[in-house]
Amino acid sequence: MNKLGYFGQWGGAYIPEVLYETFRELREVYAKAKADPAFWQEYLTLMGSYSCRPTPLTHADNLSRHFGGAQIFIKREDLNHTGAHKANNVMGQGLLVKRMGKTRVIAETGAGQHGVACATMAAKFGFACTIYMGEEDVHRQRPNVFWMEKLGATVVPVTTGSRTLKDAINEAFRDWVSNMDTTHYVMGTVCGPHPFPEMVAWFQSIIGQEARKQILAAHGKLPARVYACVGGGSNAMGIFQGFLGDPEVDLIGVEAGGKGIDTGQHAARLASQDASPGVAQGYKTMFLQDSDGQMRDTHSVAAGLDYIGVSPLLTDLWEKGRVRFAAATDQEVMAALDLTIKKEGIIPALESSHAFVQAFKEAGELNGGQAIIINQSGRGDKDIFTIAHAFNDPSWKDFIRKKGEEYATR
Amino acid sequence: MQLADQLRQARSKKEILLMTHLVLGYPSFAVNREVIRQMVANGVDVIELQIPFSEPMADGPMIIKANQEAIANGTKVADCLAFAAEMAAQYDIPFLFMTYYNILFKYGVEDFLRKAKEIGIRGFIIPDLPPEEGGEYLRLAKPLDLAPIQIFAPTSTEERMRTLAKHGAGFIYCVARRGVTGSKTEFDASFDAYLARCRKATDLPLAVGFGISNRADVQILTGKADLAVIGTATIRLVEEKGPEAVGSFIAGLR
Repeated sequence: MNKLGYFGQWGGAYIPEVLYETFRELREVYAKAKADPAFWQEYLTLMGSYSCRPTPLTHADNLSRHFGGAQIFIKREDLNHTGAHKANNVMGQGLLVKRMGKTRVIAETGAGQHGVACATMAAKFGFACTIYMGEEDVHRQRPNVFWMEKLGATVVPVTTGSRTLKDAINEAFRDWVSNMDTTHYVMGTVCGPHPFPEMVAWFQSIIGQEARKQILAAHGKLPARVYACVGGGSNAMGIFQGFLGDPEVDLIGVEAGGKGIDTGQHAARLASQDASPGVAQGYKTMFLQDSDGQMRDTHSVAAGLDYIGVSPLLTDLWEKGRVRFAAATDQEVMAALDLTIKKEGIIPALESSHAFVQAFKEAGELNGGQAIIINQSGRGDKDIFTIAHAFNDPSWKDFIRKKGEEYATR
Repeated sequence: MQLADQLRQARSKKEILLMTHLVLGYPSFAVNREVIRQMVANGVDVIELQIPFSEPMADGPMIIKANQEAIANGTKVADCLAFAAEMAAQYDIPFLFMTYYNILFKYGVEDFLRKAKEIGIRGFIIPDLPPEEGGEYLRLAKPLDLAPIQIFAPTSTEERMRTLAKHGAGFIYCVARRGVTGSKTEFDASFDAYLARCRKATDLPLAVGFGISNRADVQILTGKADLAVIGTATIRLVEEKGPEAVGSFIAGLR
């Protein structure tokens, strides 16, 4: 058997025949780019001038003091252009699209961050752009839909299945099998058929490369632990790659515990006992599915983590014991978010706040001479509707009510 | 007799064979039963039974909906196997399973193949399982005399077609165009050139599917392909006019 694109027993490329040639071309273009130092240099220059790279590593001294344990550092992917680590991947794939001579890009999006990043890249590079987004996520992340449309993208609400990220991925594939001659599918995470997991991880490795240098400069030695939230797993793979070769650095992936693991309403693939090996969306990994192999509905307050599968790279690292997994509940996430805003004046995305939860649980186990890094994959102000709703904020509700009346009377 | 030979024999008596498709459990097994009765009574030569899957990536809106509703109605893989056993025992034509790989993977590929053999299924169409990933499936299918049907696409090169054909048995499913199931296909000069490439790559019978919905489509394929595949069209018909309409529709196709 051809083990191309496997990480341990996970990954592969379970693709319909009609895309065989498209994937062959993509593998080729990716391999050429990877072997070409000028390509990575072009990528770094672009990310330094168009986005905000290198993003800072912020010492959270108030939070460190609050927990009285490890020195807490935050890798600020929220300061990327468009407000999340997603920019790293889309700009990289955008450069590949130019090399392939394609004129249109499509993407799936959950939280909407990847959609906004992709629409931004398309605007800059002059590509046509269609974004598939689960109808439920369209409602949850309305401001991002607004920006995608303003950036010139067509946003297609997906009404099949559970109307979330996995269904958006299916729809993007359905578009791609019709339009592969002109169109590249910019997969947003380290999932899907080979070479996407490996290729997206390569673009995101910029996070870990920077973080490793920055922590050595700021702290004089490697961190004891690195925390990242895991939906598909791209920000986690991004930062973890800076430390995979350092066995003394613990790597912790934090999944969506939703309403609690026991309720079944969560998206914890590796941190719960509920997932099992499966093949869907073009790759093999641990999926939240029933005994027949039908995918289950997942739940998280964070649309970007609300997904049935997880990167084959992370499943392999989990199986080998290199990455440990934990889950944070919706409730814990709101508390960690609130604390971070108050103590540091930093607003992490709901997705990123999952990593903060686990870091806060463990910071006190370590001493002040040790450091931990939390990857803040994105900014939280995009979540204003969800966060304000979850905080049950009375003045916000009043504002929305008045806005509603204002529009209704016009 | 092997599926390919059986189809060749049937083909020697008819100008073109008909393969139809349905989604098991949609709208119900009772309707499936009636639809199949009418299909067989009106001369259908092969039937594809789709075991519903929650992520039918290669299918269009009509079949997505059928998959989704079948699962929502409580259709289990075990029910599909029991129903298929009943059909295969009752009717003399070949029945195939169409589904996505996770259904086999989760059941256990070997167990699934043995079970399919035991209940009289003749082959499989698994659109998300290229031969590169289907090592175990391909190795196990042929000794059991089950046909792992391979798929050609208009984007397949001649070299790729020859590789696929080597792994295939029964017939080759030629996807008529890019895209997903259920929308219209244009039968132009490039389609003819594509079918000629398919013919050159294999001596297995050729089935053409995606967008074949009426007598005119079937007529265009006559003389060019061995089987015409009617998928979404009958699902739509049952939805609009009920299972009673299937018989006359099938009878009118050739």
